[in-house]
Formats: sequence, C-alpha cells, structure tokens
Amino acid sequence: MNRVVITGLGCVTPIGSTVAEFRDSLFSGRTGISPIVNVPDAPDGDPGVRYKQAAQIFDFDPAQHLDSGIVSATNRNTHFAIVAARQAAAQAELLKHHAPGDIAIIMGCACGGRSSEEHEVKGLYTRNARAHPLTIVRTMSSAGASNISIDLRITGPTLDISTACASSTHAIGLAFHMVRSGMSTAAICGGHEAPLSWGFYRAWDSMRVVSPTQCRPYAADRDGMTLGEGAAMLVIETLESAQARKATILGEIVGFGMSADANHITQPQAEGAAAAMRKALADANASPGDVGYINAHGTGTQANDATEAAAIHQVFGPRASQIPLSSTKSLHGHAIGASGALEALATVLALQEGRLPHTAGVVNPDTSLNIDIIVSEPRPTGPIVALSNSLAFGGLNAVIALRTWK
Amino acid sequence: MDDIAKRSIEIIAKAKNIPTDTIHLDTTFEELNIDSLDKINISFEVEEAFSIEIPDEALGSLKTVGDVVNGVKQLVEAKAAAGSAPAATS
Repeated sequence: MNRVVITGLGCVTPIGSTVAEFRDSLFSGRTGISPIVNVPDAPDGDPGVRYKQAAQIFDFDPAQHLDSGIVSATNRNTHFAIVAARQAAAQAELLKHHAPGDIAIIMGCACGGRSSEEHEVKGLYTRNARAHPLTIVRTMSSAGASNISIDLRITGPTLDISTACASSTHAIGLAFHMVRSGMSTAAICGGHEAPLSWGFYRAWDSMRVVSPTQCRPYAADRDGMTLGEGAAMLVIETLESAQARKATILGEIVGFGMSADANHITQPQAEGAAAAMRKALADANASPGDVGYINAHGTGTQANDATEAAAIHQVFGPRASQIPLSSTKSLHGHAIGASGALEALATVLALQEGRLPHTAGVVNPDTSLNIDIIVSEPRPTGPIVALSNSLAFGGLNAVIALRTWK
Repeated sequence: MDDIAKRSIEIIAKAKNIPTDTIHLDTTFEELNIDSLDKINISFEVEEAFSIEIPDEALGSLKTVGDVVNGVKQLVEAKAAAGSAPAATS
C-alpha cells in the first residue's frame, strides 16, 4: 500500500482566506467569531435569535476570483470551495505532475446552497414567485465538487459526502484510502460550507445548543457552539510521486477510522467515538502511546465535550489525561460539513510547526473531564501522531490520524 | 432603439457581464458565447422584466439578440391585446 502525504493546502475561513493568514490566527489565538451582521432575507438583516455571534467571512469577494457566470450559477459555499481548491492545487503544482484522470476530488458538504434555496422558497411561499432557473445547480450539495472539477479540468472520481458535522473528515479519510490503495495517485479533499442563512440560524436557535456568548470548548463554563462557514482543502498524493518530483511534503496521513453510534439522533455515545479513534489508530498501525495531540471535535456543548472526553478515556486509559488536546472551534467556529477540513488543516500546521494550538477563549478548563486541555498559548511538541476527531449529529463518527513529516 | 430592445440588451449584458455597446440586434448567441444555461437564465430575467411567458418551443429558435427582442415584442403585444379584449361570456 502507498504511503500518503500532503503537498498542498488551501482555505477560505473566518480566520483567514489564505493558509498564511489561517496559520497566524491559529497560533496567535485570533478568533473569527464576531457579532452576526446582515443576514440575507431576514428583516433588517437580523435573524432574531437568542445568540448574537457567528464565525462569518467578511474579506472574501467572489468576483475577485471567479467570473460572473460562475458566481451567478453557484452558492457561496461553492465560491469558497473553488478558491480554496485552487490554492491547494497551486501549492502542490498538482496538474503539472498528475494526469487529470488520476486525481480524485472528494468533498464534504452537508448543507449545500442553503441560502440560495431559502431565498427562492421565501419568494415562493410569500409571493407565489417562480424559482430562478439556476436554483437547482446553485443548491445541490455536490456543486462544490463538480465546480472544482470543471474549474481545474480534473476528470477522476469526484463526489460529495454528506454526514453532517463529520462530512469533510469522512471525505479526507476516503480520499486517503483511495490514494493509499492506488485507485487514484492524488486527490483534492476537504470540505466547504456556507450555511449562515436566516432559516439555519433559526433552526439552530430552536435546538438550544448555540452559545449565547461565544463557544468555549472544554471550559467548565462552556455554554454551546458557535456557527461558522468556510472551506479548507488538502492535496494528497502518494509518497512515491511526491518524492519522485521533489515536492515539498507538508505532512502525512496515516490512518482513518469511522463508526456509527446507532443510538440517538442528537445525543452522542462515547462508545461510537472511541471505536472511530481505535480504528484510526489500527489503520495507522499506531498504538495509543504514539498519540501526542488530539484536535477535538470540541463543539463547546456540555454533551459533546463530556462524551468526547469519556471516549478518549476509553481509548487511552490512564494516558488519556496526558495527551494534549485542543479545539480550534473557538477560532473558526463550527462550519458543519467543513469543520473537519478546517481542523485537519489546523492539525497539519500544528505538526508542521511543532506547535499545538491552544483552545482560545478558555480561561477555566473543565478539570472534571481529567483531560490535558491546552489553554493560554500554543504548546511545543516533537514529532508525533495526532488525531482529528469529527463526531456528527446522528452518531456518525470520523477520525483521521496524521503524523509529523520529518 | 426602442425601450424593449434597450432593456433586453441590458439583461443580456448583465447576464454575460459585458458592456451593452458590444451587443447589437444582429449579434448572435454564438458570438456572445451564450450556452443553454445562459439561455434559460436570460429568458427568466426577460420574462420577469416584461411579465411575459416565453413558450418552450420558442426558446429553441432564438439565435440572435434581435430574435429575443422581436419575440418579446410579440408576447407583449399579445398580452396587451388579450388584456383589452372584451371579457368572454358564456
């Protein structure tokens, strides 16, 4: 089987629309969470919800990157996807070294073109208006994957995975397995999401899991998640091809595990998350003792963080309390289907720099969880194996294992 | 140029993000690189602007900007005539 390495990164996120900006924000703890402004179609732009904060992207103008026909035919999530994929492909010089048919595009996106759909439905329900003829192509969840393939003229296996908040970790994991097995020699994998519409804000408000203040993962006083948007992409390829062309290797993916809780549509089960972590370690041929960092799913809800911590104890036993852990969601928010990709990007950068990001905004870590939560400032590390967890509503769990490239 | 021609050209220019002065009545869709998706997009905007409905069979025969303008004029006139006709009685 092939070893699989990372040779390109790209992103459009609330903490930076380039990887360099994302990196700066990640290690300086600069959050992208800010007051909600200008929600399309909501009266006066105000979604009318109990919470006032979200991780929104303000410095991204699609017209700066894409021609007007593409902007018109696509939703905001696809704008993010194309631009982030271009960044990653350019860094890897992907198309210079791989045939278009040998490259896979595996995306995670759960919400599709939600704001476009809501806009059309509002017109339909309030004025019996006709739907815009581009509504279907703007809103289909696979639009991001399709538009990346069209934009970069990539003709290999291309698909979208929708598993709620685990979508893009499933996407990266599947792409990893495809390259490892030789089905494709390279892949663009990651996720994209732009779900911050009026109806989406309202629906999450009704679930009562969004923080009225700001998400503080693994804090004793945590009070919920903060919604976000964005895209992050990894270019992965076989170690053999990367070395043959003397590419700069940014990191290595070594394992992927997934599981289903098979229990409850919203209440997570520690056993399911633990099974995914164990499978990722077994897939990596690594032992629990090799793990030196966990980028937690860490939404900042009471249920998620406590259950994830319990799962870590199940997997690592007495060592659980000694494994440094952080959640970067207090920086980039919870971008639903894209969250795993943003966190994979954060994990790759952490291993590359030998610095583990801290959980920004957390002053009082929840000591009752008996977990080594990184707070205050990044922590140095040597070469390690790291896990990036995604634990979705519906009990769908995905975990990737990465290793420092040296 | 009459109002219908002017507004139709503005709609096509906006859809293709090109200046209006590059579009003339004898300009073909091929010259403007208007594909099938552009065509339904432009038709939708024209229908909205003039409160008309372009029949499916008419869409296929549109080859030039002049075809669009003439088609819109016919539909607008037909609508006006229908609106001024005496109500049918049974």
